[in-house]
Amino acid sequence: MEHKKINLTLKIWRQHGPKTPGSFVAYKVAVSPDSSFLEMLDDINNDLESKSLEPIAFESDCREGICGTCGLVINGQPHGPIPRIATCQLHMRNFKEGDTIYIEPFRAKAFPIIKDLMTDRSAMDRIMEAGGFISVNTGSVPDGNAIPIAKEIASESMDAAQCIGCGACVAACKNASAMLFVSAKVSQFALLPQGMPERYQRVETMVKVMDEYGFGSCSNTYACEAECPKGISVKNIARMNREYFMAKIKSTNVKV
Amino acid sequence: MIKLDAKVPAGKLEEKWTSHKFNMKLVNPANKRKYDVIVVGTGLAGASAAASLGELGYNVKAFTFHDSARRAHSISAQGGINAAKNYQNDGDSVYRLFFDTVKGGDFRSRESNVYRLAEVSNGIIDQCVAQGVPFAREYGGLLDNRSFGGALVSRTFYARGQTGQQLLLGAYTAMNRQINLGKVKLYTRREMLDVVVVDGVAKGIVVRNMITGEIEKYSAHAVILATGGYANAYFLSTSAMNCNATAIWRAHKRGAAFANPCFTQIHPTCLPVHGENQSKLTLMSESLRNDGRIWVSKIKKDMRKPNDIPEEERDYYLERKYPTYGNLSPRDISSRAAKEAIDDGRGAQGQDAVYLDFQDAINRLGQHVIEERYGNLFEIYETITGDNPYKSPMKIYPAPHYTMGGLWVDYNLMSTIPGLFVAGEANFSDHGANRLGASALMQGLADGYFVIPYTIGNYLAGDKPTLVKADHAEFNKVQKEVEDMTTKLLSIKGKRTVDDIHKQLGRIMWNKVGMGRNEKGLKEAIVEIKALREEFWKDVNVVGDSKDVNQCLERGARIADYLELGELMALDALTRNESCGGHFREEYQTPEGEALRNDEDYTFVSAWEFKDVGKWELNKEPLEFTSVKLATRSYK
Repeated sequence: MEHKKINLTLKIWRQHGPKTPGSFVAYKVAVSPDSSFLEMLDDINNDLESKSLEPIAFESDCREGICGTCGLVINGQPHGPIPRIATCQLHMRNFKEGDTIYIEPFRAKAFPIIKDLMTDRSAMDRIMEAGGFISVNTGSVPDGNAIPIAKEIASESMDAAQCIGCGACVAACKNASAMLFVSAKVSQFALLPQGMPERYQRVETMVKVMDEYGFGSCSNTYACEAECPKGISVKNIARMNREYFMAKIKSTNVKV
Repeated sequence: MIKLDAKVPAGKLEEKWTSHKFNMKLVNPANKRKYDVIVVGTGLAGASAAASLGELGYNVKAFTFHDSARRAHSISAQGGINAAKNYQNDGDSVYRLFFDTVKGGDFRSRESNVYRLAEVSNGIIDQCVAQGVPFAREYGGLLDNRSFGGALVSRTFYARGQTGQQLLLGAYTAMNRQINLGKVKLYTRREMLDVVVVDGVAKGIVVRNMITGEIEKYSAHAVILATGGYANAYFLSTSAMNCNATAIWRAHKRGAAFANPCFTQIHPTCLPVHGENQSKLTLMSESLRNDGRIWVSKIKKDMRKPNDIPEEERDYYLERKYPTYGNLSPRDISSRAAKEAIDDGRGAQGQDAVYLDFQDAINRLGQHVIEERYGNLFEIYETITGDNPYKSPMKIYPAPHYTMGGLWVDYNLMSTIPGLFVAGEANFSDHGANRLGASALMQGLADGYFVIPYTIGNYLAGDKPTLVKADHAEFNKVQKEVEDMTTKLLSIKGKRTVDDIHKQLGRIMWNKVGMGRNEKGLKEAIVEIKALREEFWKDVNVVGDSKDVNQCLERGARIADYLELGELMALDALTRNESCGGHFREEYQTPEGEALRNDEDYTFVSAWEFKDVGKWELNKEPLEFTSVKLATRSYK
């Protein structure tokens, strides 16, 4: 069922490349309230292409809020006004006739702009590569039921593990801190028996690389949790701080 | 004519893989570092293969078109992963998982491959647990299971409604560890545009750097494609926006046979289409069918709200038609039953949709149990539709979801181009004409963790460690061809947008090569697709530059391939004069409207050999069933 379209003014950030200056460009659109936010952008792009104009570069993939590819700042909020969803899950029924919407890329020192609304978030992968894993080779592992894990522990680990790696926490933070992202991975593994052997080395190496890439410190504003599409809790940051402190006492693995 | 040799090892079904593993040649550990392997795609199959090969000591170059390896579409798989653990003591076994998969695939898959899949399934669960995948657990701390379509046992392991995400992140972390150790080099934002074949053997790939626009060349001793399926040929599907067939299609054009292209899966539980401007369809996990009941009104054009329709006026059609499996009937059967109800004018409030109702389950178990099991799926539903599924039933409709067809591979997962291996959804091997729920994750990880790491060693042991360099004449030739195609796409400057043409192709595919197919429609589809392809190359408007980020160019090149593949899908469907699994030819059905197989004439894999654009030659790999008796599939 198609509902009556709503008329909107979009102010979209256009920037040709990383080094060129960008600015907001206004677009007038009429859009179905059943349409998703990104379908609206698809439609604008189709219209631009039909006029041989360059489409707005933005990224998305699964459109189900799980791949973490999309990420726009909408009216100043990463992933827009509705809590606990990614940009791709935002639907236009949440906007009113006549609204003006500002659309920008995630902004953080560690996320340079590539073009228009596209940013380079690869620094997050560098942190993961540094230590966000459990060192087991394919093959020689025990039976899946060999080590029982309490239901609530598995569930708490899953709460942290569902981070989609979108970077909204970084974009929301005034310090552009990646603490929520990093702590989610540290917590997932620190809670599980499988993650115990490397727990101290893991947190040290991940924090070290996090700092190298220019992510800021945490100053406890909790903006990250508020904007996280998966509602990852700041408790994970507390847990990471605890892990880090213990690591400093117990481990001599990483020179900082 | 290609000679199709499936290289299935001799011996008893249960012993084939074990004896094959023993008989295969090994590469000396010290020599492994002399071999380079390219892995294209970093989803479940690609990332698990890259990680495992890195662990073994090979030099791996992994490629993804995403900005990060963690974004592959495997991440969207919701419901779970099958394994024959029999933790529930409900009669499961390797043989039963094998049997269910062969039967679920409507007897159009290779027995030996499916048996191996079932055999290695248990190791996958162990592996993932060890990687820190937080699977759902019982109160006693042991792993929990649930049921999926096409099975009467509970063998599906899950991590809430995000199993694909957790398994992919497991493989991603395993690969990250190898990146850290220097054994895997990851190339992000690279789209593979061709495979380079030197003296008949795959020796490398040509990719476009999606940031700079450079066409880059990479060589290796073997190439693995793990680039997923081609459901986006329908334009609207549950595949991610960027899923595409380009890697396998370009390989097909270089000589890799394409098998069973018409075997596509239409998933019964997706959100209905909301309008013309829709870009993508959203899946609602099949796991919902554990507790949800599917129904439509018994009355045609019933516009009442679902909660106003009394129990006796509801038709729980799956429970009625298939009492044994009921709401857990396989996907192809459930999708067709939904289409039947809607074609009969009994769609939900006159729409192309049926109801998926949780009221009984909520009354029986309490809302908190349903919330715990499916909370995130219910949230997704409400976010997208604005309706609360705890209060009134979901509306769902079938949508293209998975493609069982893909590049033909032998038992070793090698294509008809020596040195070119294909893993995961990109190959055709294990699901026959219909895939069972929770089997895609199983197959992707089986291929990547446990099959290719063995079989590629056997191949490399017979290869010399000398590497063909990427400045070899053949690499330059392929690079030039790719650059020429890019230039051509950008120079057409016609009137139609890329999406406009893709949508038109999608409509042809959905209407004529979709859930119900017939000779007349398929013949029309072929004519229409050929004409649309011609129009594309005359009148498409691909804007922007080649040496820049250009998403329009990326899409344009992918659509060019769909316009060829779409025709082959229709041709394959036209050639297969029977109904089996997801391939339902309206001419071939039983009086009750069930798929009517023709085992006498069609117990084979169609492996299409590319001759020229729009021209193919059909090769057949006969399928033999020695352990499972060919039988009419019944879920009644």
